[in-house]
Order: sequence, then C-alpha cells, then structure tokens
Amino acid sequence: MTQPTIEEPLGGAPHADTTVPPSLPPQLSPRAISRARRRQAAARAWQEYRRNSIGMVGLAILVLFVAMAVFAPLLVPESELDVTKATGAPFSPPSAEFPLGTDESGRSVLALTIWGSRVSLLVGFLASVISVVIGSVVGIAAGHFGRWTDSLLMRVTDWFLVIPFLPLAIVLATVLGPSLANIAFVIGITSWPGTARIVRAQALAVTSRPYIERARALGAGDWHLITRHILPNVVPLIFANTVLIVAVAILSETTLAFLGLGDPLRVSWGSMLDAAFTQGAASIGAWWYLVPPGVAILLVVLAFTMIGQALESVLNPRLRGR
Amino acid sequence: MAATSTRTFRPSAGQRRLGAKLIGAALSLAFVLVFNFFLFRVLPGDPAKNLTRNRLVPAEQVEVLRESFGLGKPLPQQFAQYVRDTLSGDLGISYKFRRPVSEVIAERIWPTVLLLGLSTLLSTAIGLWIGIRGAWRRNSVFDRVSLGASLALYAMPEFWLGIMLLIAFGVGVGPLPGLFPTGGLSSPDTELASLAGVADVARHLFLPCLTLTLAYIAEYALVMRSSLLDELTEDYLTTARAKGLRDALVLRRHAVPNALLPTTTLIFLNLGFIVSGAITIETVYSWPGLGLLSYEALRTPDYPLLQGVFLLFSAAVIIANLIADLLYAYLDPRVRTG
Repeated sequence: MTQPTIEEPLGGAPHADTTVPPSLPPQLSPRAISRARRRQAAARAWQEYRRNSIGMVGLAILVLFVAMAVFAPLLVPESELDVTKATGAPFSPPSAEFPLGTDESGRSVLALTIWGSRVSLLVGFLASVISVVIGSVVGIAAGHFGRWTDSLLMRVTDWFLVIPFLPLAIVLATVLGPSLANIAFVIGITSWPGTARIVRAQALAVTSRPYIERARALGAGDWHLITRHILPNVVPLIFANTVLIVAVAILSETTLAFLGLGDPLRVSWGSMLDAAFTQGAASIGAWWYLVPPGVAILLVVLAFTMIGQALESVLNPRLRGR
Repeated sequence: MAATSTRTFRPSAGQRRLGAKLIGAALSLAFVLVFNFFLFRVLPGDPAKNLTRNRLVPAEQVEVLRESFGLGKPLPQQFAQYVRDTLSGDLGISYKFRRPVSEVIAERIWPTVLLLGLSTLLSTAIGLWIGIRGAWRRNSVFDRVSLGASLALYAMPEFWLGIMLLIAFGVGVGPLPGLFPTGGLSSPDTELASLAGVADVARHLFLPCLTLTLAYIAEYALVMRSSLLDELTEDYLTTARAKGLRDALVLRRHAVPNALLPTTTLIFLNLGFIVSGAITIETVYSWPGLGLLSYEALRTPDYPLLQGVFLLFSAAVIIANLIADLLYAYLDPRVRTG
C-alpha cells in the first residue's frame, strides 16, 4: 500500500493544504478552486469505489429496488391492491396467474411486494434524513462549542443511546398514532445518537486544528467556521453513516409495522408480514405470503450495508489498509 | 494505615469516574420517569375516561379514578404523586387485565429472563468464537462463509427468521411433520415441577431460543471480528511473535483479551437491541413473557401497562449498562487508574 498514514480529517479540507493541483488554471476564484477540488475528490472516491466489488453489487441491488419502487404503477396497476377487486382465491399457492400466490383476501402477493417497496424505502429514507440531520447538528454543536453545550448534548445523546429502541419507539408510535410520517419521525428521533457521537468526534478533531485558530484570528465567526471548515470535513463521514442508517431504518419500519404500528392505509413489507402473521399464514404453511417481503427486506438491507461498508473503506483512510 | 486515614478524603480518578457513572445512571432513570409522566399527560383524551371506556360507569366512580390520578391538582403536585407512586411500585391499573400493572408484569418476568438469558449466553459464546476464528484466519473459507452468513442474519428482521423457523420446524413443510411446538411456554396439562414438565418447557423454549441466538450471533461475531482485526495490527503482537511465542498463545494471551474489551461494552450496549428482539420473537412464538405482554398492551392499547413495561425495560438496560461500565473499569487497568 503506497498510501501514507493520513492524519488529515476525512475528505481533505480545501483550506488545509496549500498546493494547487496543476490541472487548475491559476486565475480561478478561491471558491471555484475549492469546488473544483471537491469535484476531483468525489471523482477519485468514485474511482476507488468502483474497484470495490461488494459495494458495486450492493449498488446494483439497490438501483433495482429503487427502480421497482419508482415504476411500481407501470408494473402493476394500483387497482390490484384493492381488496374489493381481488380476483384470486384466499391463500392460494403460486400459480401461472399469481406467480407468488395470493394473500388472505385473494390479492397478488407479487403486486403487494412491488407496491410495498415504496413505503418501506420512503420511510427508510425519510427517517434517515431526520436522524442524520439531528445527529449532525447535535454532533457539530457539541464538538465545536464544547464546554457545557458538549456535556449537556452528550448527556441527552447517552440517554437516547441507552434507552432500548423498540420499547421507546412503541410508546411514541402508540401515542402519536399510526401514519407514514409518524413512523418516520419516531424512527428518526430514536436513531440519531450514533451519528451524533461519530460527528462529534470528527468535529472535535477538526476544531483543534491550527487552521481553525487562524481562521478565528482572521475574524471568522462560529457560523463561518462550521459551514466552511467543519462541515466539509464531516460530510464524507456523515454520508457513509447515512447509508448504514437507512438499513437500520428500513428494518425498524418493518418491525414497527409488524407490531401493527404502520400506516394502516398503505402496504409496506412490514405491514404485509403483520397481515400474514395475524391472519395465520404461518400455521397453514402459506410460505409464499411470508417469503417475498422478507427476502425483499433482506436484500435491500444487505445492499445498504454493503454500500455503507464500501463507502467507509473508501472515505475513511484508516480502514484503507484493511 | 493510620497515615492515610487522618488525611481528608480525596477521591481517586477511579472513584470520581465511578461517582460520575452512578450519577449518570441515576439521571438516565430520572429522565425515563419524566418522559413517562409527560407522555401520559399528552395522551389524547382523559386518562380516567380512557380507563373506563366501553363500560357503563357511574359518574362518581370516574371522579374517584380522576382523584386517584391526581388530575384535578396542579402539574407539579401530579408529578410528585406520580414519582411517589412509581417508586413505591404502584404503576396504575391495567386497562386490559383490570389488575395492578406491577402484578401483571411480575408474572411475566421469568419467562423473559429464561429466554433472553439462555440465548444471550449461547450467542455470546458462539459469536465470539466465530469472530475470533474469522479474524485470526482472515479471508479463509471459514471467515468468508461466516462473514456472509453474519451479514445475511444481521440484515433480516429477527421475527421473520422466527416465522421461517416456525414454519420449517414447528408447522412442518409438506410431508414432514413439525418437530417442535409452535407456541406457548408448556403444554396445557403438564405439571411444571416434574421432569416431564421441564422437558416440555425445554421443547417449547427450543425454537424461540434458536431464533434469538441466531439473530444475536451475527452481531457478536461481526463486532468481535473487527475488534480483533484492529488489535492484530498492533506492534505488541509482532513483539510477542518475535520473542518466539506460538501462534495460539499470541492469540489467546495477547490479542483476544485486549479485543474483548471493546466487545464487552458493545455487548452490554446491545441489551436494548436484545430487548427489542424479545418483543417480536415472544410475539411470534406466543412465549408468555414481557415481550408478548408489550405486544398485547400496544394492540389494546393499554397505556398504563405499556408504560410500566417501558419503565422496566429502560431501567433494566440502564442498570445493565452501569454494571458493564463498572466491569469494564475492573477489566481494563488503564480505565481503573487513569
């Protein structure tokens, strides 16, 4: 490995090094230079990512599922989800007409699985956005301001970290009532502490660097320091972390929906498993109703995990030698 | 030592750390209480009405209930009463069972302790073994297979794994009959306090325990593997080898004890995750513990019961984490003295 041990924060701050890459014309403004550098860094990261076969397999699976979710109305008309228009017999095994069999009211399990991908992925993404935004804000604030802000925020973070996730989520979801937005909110509000911890550590490392002191001496305020210096250094880390959070969020949605806390008006993989289980699909051996949503969850979560790990090994120099 | 006892008490770094941990755990418990109190107050509707819904109750009886909740009083007084009641073990009356929540919960603790204890023990032992072997022989066939299996197990919802195992071994596939009972703690007419009774409970325990063990193994194997891989890059291992220690000794005496430290904390931090698993798995196998009780409470919904279970789960995990911290200080001299 020719890569030297890098003590730099992740991503390489635009202000941290002074050499201008030879490919850039010298007359550009500082902002244009930093933007071009960031583009170059992203291109380099992508080059490295492409060499990671596990990451590419994960990406392929994910693209497939996202396409399925986006084009669901083209693949299967929404009317197939209507219980009153169901044509099949209840709990009939896979056949030519219903490749994955039917559910308790005679609907196609294939259609349900395709449509279920929409809610599962949407809740996963929404919850991750909420979680990552809270985690990043808390982490950066704690790391940058330090002192009592840090102790207070870390106290709250530790509390959320130690409280068992599912009981807390159940209590919150029961109080808020079942809906897509509430489920995303509950998962987001309970899953941010990990991100906050990671971001805080990175923000602390950046804040203690001499160039931050220099910027402060030149009159930079907290807002400038955070948005121009700390954030660019933390973003790659947040990015890799987000991908892993989506995996956890999708699993959480499934669990909450399985317990009957999902949106009752929409089909998700978790609500399919809930319906299948409460309607007794397991005791009559209707595996075709239970296997497709489970396999879909497994593949999507696996895809996110693979992408997240690949991203981490690309973006975190410490892991590169592994 | 007379010389030290005459000096004023100066806490050492270790004692200060211990004090901070105790205060931290107490604060976390206090947070749980406050959270629980306000959650109860923002619930839609009048708690006293919720309690009596679907029943014809004379107005004066509702008034008595409202009195017992302290709803007429100002909020600080309500809070004081709530804390007093909770600390003395009075968690209210369950809507569903129409009995004190603490009574209902007490009956359900042991099945959960049995299930979680056994599966945690098994999964820790097996998971750590797999993780150590995988990291030590990195990229071997064993490592690749176990890593793949761990990632797959980690990616599936544990209750789905439970349902699959239930179909395969409980219900039976095609001509194969089910080998194990599909739910419950024991068969209806067996005497629990007999040899046949114990065997019957063991047969009922097998599938839920297998599911949880499989679900947790993945996590422990992955954590132990990466922790040991971190440790294997350290210079002191090169030294150990250079002075002529056999490979097995380098692993057993040097690498593993150090790699176990971060793993211990993670195992205890994972207790929250384990509790979550208990809720869904007990639901799948109708195992009559706290997890199934939570499910029944949220399906009703039975708020006092739900909050009682949440309080108990949170307190258990907070205390377990405190124990982990103390254990960690005992295991790691750097933390103890530093």
